[in-house]
Amino acid sequence: MSYNAYITKEPIDGADDGPLAGRTVAVKDNISTDGVRTTAGSAMLEDYVPPYDATVVERLKAAGATIPGKTNMDEFGMGTTTETSNFGPTENPAAEGHVPGGSSGGSAAAVAAGEADLALGSDTGGSVRCPAAFCGVVGIKPTYGLVSRYGLIAYANSLEQIGPIAPTVEDAAELLEVIAGQDPNDATTRDATDEISGRTPDDDIRAYTFADAADGDVDGLEIGIPTELLAGADEDVVETFWDGIDELESKGASYHEVDLPSVEHAVEAYYVIAMSEASSNLARFDGVRYGRSGGYDGNWNETFARAREEGFGEEVKRRILLGTYALSAGYHDKYYKKAQDARAWVKQDFDSALEDADVLASPTMPVPPMERGESLDDPLKMYLADANTTPVNLANLPAISVPAGETDDGLPVGLQLVGPAFGERTIIRAGSALA
Amino acid sequence: MTAQAAQEREHAVVIGLEVHVQLETDTKIFCGCSTDLEDAESNTHTCPVCLGLPGALPVLNEAAVEAAVRVGKAIDASIPEQTRFHRKNYYYPDLPKNFQISQYDAPICQDGELEFTVEGERRSVGIERAHLEEDPGSLTHQGGNIDTADYTLVNYNRAGVPLMEVVTEPDFRDATEVRAFLAKLEEVLEYLGIFDATRDGSLRIDANLSLVDVEEVDEDGTIDDDVLAEANRTEVKNISSHKGAEKALAYEAQRQKNAVKRGREVEQETRHWDESRGITVSMRSKEEEKDYRYFREADLPPLEVSHWKEELSIPELPDARRERFGEEYGLNEEAASKLTTTKQVADFYEDLAATFDPDLVATWVADELLGELNYRDMAITDVEGRLDEIERLVELVATEEITAKNARETVLRGMLDDGDDPDAIVDREGLGKTQRDELQGAVEEAIEENPDAVSDYHDGEGGAINFLVGQVMQKTGGSADPGDVNELLRAELEE
Repeated sequence: MSYNAYITKEPIDGADDGPLAGRTVAVKDNISTDGVRTTAGSAMLEDYVPPYDATVVERLKAAGATIPGKTNMDEFGMGTTTETSNFGPTENPAAEGHVPGGSSGGSAAAVAAGEADLALGSDTGGSVRCPAAFCGVVGIKPTYGLVSRYGLIAYANSLEQIGPIAPTVEDAAELLEVIAGQDPNDATTRDATDEISGRTPDDDIRAYTFADAADGDVDGLEIGIPTELLAGADEDVVETFWDGIDELESKGASYHEVDLPSVEHAVEAYYVIAMSEASSNLARFDGVRYGRSGGYDGNWNETFARAREEGFGEEVKRRILLGTYALSAGYHDKYYKKAQDARAWVKQDFDSALEDADVLASPTMPVPPMERGESLDDPLKMYLADANTTPVNLANLPAISVPAGETDDGLPVGLQLVGPAFGERTIIRAGSALA
Repeated sequence: MTAQAAQEREHAVVIGLEVHVQLETDTKIFCGCSTDLEDAESNTHTCPVCLGLPGALPVLNEAAVEAAVRVGKAIDASIPEQTRFHRKNYYYPDLPKNFQISQYDAPICQDGELEFTVEGERRSVGIERAHLEEDPGSLTHQGGNIDTADYTLVNYNRAGVPLMEVVTEPDFRDATEVRAFLAKLEEVLEYLGIFDATRDGSLRIDANLSLVDVEEVDEDGTIDDDVLAEANRTEVKNISSHKGAEKALAYEAQRQKNAVKRGREVEQETRHWDESRGITVSMRSKEEEKDYRYFREADLPPLEVSHWKEELSIPELPDARRERFGEEYGLNEEAASKLTTTKQVADFYEDLAATFDPDLVATWVADELLGELNYRDMAITDVEGRLDEIERLVELVATEEITAKNARETVLRGMLDDGDDPDAIVDREGLGKTQRDELQGAVEEAIEENPDAVSDYHDGEGGAINFLVGQVMQKTGGSADPGDVNELLRAELEE
């Protein structure tokens, strides 16, 4: 059966040799591929063919990977279900009739269905971890600055990272090794090879090693469990989560509860910041070079408005309007600035919680995969489903979602582990004890 | 005094400037595209970054920041510990991303000043701030203006060229001051080696002009901020030279005075300077306050620049150099001033003055060379590759191999008009000292050999001189210039 995991199926071949030779890596359709159309799930970019490769795509090709196609996603990454795509919803291969999560739903579904060995998604507020959790696979959201965003069509550029989706933690770690590393084309990337143990200077390339950390050894691992992130979760989900913690404990880990009072405001802060940035990032789509242009009467300003009205979906328009509002004179301090203050607070909370814990654990999503169409009419409900993932983006930290088991109804539940900045090896080691 | 004149005297003109200067860097401010756009085909100096393609990210060209810090040093501005960039959001078809990366709360320069001379008086104008930003692309409207054109062509070659916006305090009191200030600003930028005045669009000026009651001007010339805020002002756009600025603002000041004289209020509006008609035109007052929704550009991390001011050196600036030329070479103010207007002239002068008599060199560079260049609408930059030839010319004069008159009238003009080198002209025209000596010998011989003709000459017989010229021409095989021969003969005969 077709899960509608891909928007465009057009294979891109990589080098003959390399660490990913012989493997397929599906790429989310907001990551630019030279000569292969890249839509970001939007009608606005239906015909857009980038003239350049994203840095991560260059690295995939050099590593010998084959890209089987470009995967479905919520329009411009704005959604938690992959239902806002202009190219139709994606089915969840692990829970039919349910959404695959989003916004990287196509990437997670492709991996879950075996339509790709591995996949790349992008995570602005949970868009890698949520679909990984809903489809029963592994997803990593790297530390902000570990992976180049050059070529990633921006939704909220201060928050997002490209991350791997894979059947196992080790596979995800291998893919992360290939895409991680400083990029002269992305000034926000950092070389943290010194901070991450296992640095191997390979000629003049400062490469990371992550896969060898996936050894399942959690003996002595200290886990912090933020009570706030359990409070709002479904009972079923919480039960499955504790099963996962029990398993880690049986392998030598121990846990304690921690407080993260700031996370109460995280979703609000996240949406104000993400929408504000989106209102600016998406301004370039005005019908002159993208979307349907021309043919309208009126001045250029009206023409821009018409092209945007036609080219964007409902959710994208909602976020652009709210973001524009939040940045406007008179509201900037009340919304945007306040959200920045909240972001700083969230960062601080996480940093101090991570002083006494190696990782912080929570359910990835407070709910199991929704039935298709269930949340589409209620944006607020959809936004609240991001309660556990968005704080991590606000804090710029790395996190992994690993399958923790299933609910009584047989729906996948993901367990999220958050590490300190550039603590990828720690979350990979901890996660590998479960998957 | 007429009533009208009295009314005019009641108002002082207040002008503040926003000057956009293109900084000369090899590549654009956020990508590696070349900024050498002369004769470039449209949309050829572009890449994903300056085209604003989805997914492309800016990377700061530190050379642009260095240029700005040098300006900061020259205008004695404070440089922040950290500089950072903001997005200025507005929709315009020349703006690839529909936002401009600019600076907002931490501009690269703050609180500077620039001194200049106007009508013999020293003046100083405060520079509130100078910040970096990216130039938009350029538009060509076909068959009308932006509202009425059939279609508009967009050229993104210019998009991403580094711009510095210099914002002055409202310290100008008339258009003449503005012109003198801009000339001085250009001079300083040119000295810093970061500005090319000949480049199209390298200088763009917006000016705010308002009238305030003369009573409100304090004795030291300052005006209270509240008074300024209350005065209705017009923003004059589309000024592209210092001459244009003087004309536009003189016009605008008069227009506002006339309005007041007729009892009308000056409308707060944006006006467009129409260079060809010499007037400012209302761009319709759509004066809802623009909201650019500034916020941090997260793609560019803040840049630590606290130590840059110390580390970066700037050359000796025109004022200091002028003074030194007076002291070191004994030049008068006018010569020192002429020789220091551009760094290239000043450097050339100092090169020559190290070898030859500084006074003679001053005459040759400041008067002869610049005079002849100016006459031909040329600048030193147009003879950049021929400075060694000009040096040779000065050498010929300094060593008295040719006369100053010949050097100026024959050699220099020939060099500039025909592109010949000085030695070739001297040879061809027989101006060399050795040739003159030979000629002199032939003249003396002819006089000695033809006493009859000499006495005829002294008796006032007109034909005698022609005969003697013929004799000399014969002796020199016809290579001598008959005019020169005539001159030499007469000089010799009159002794």
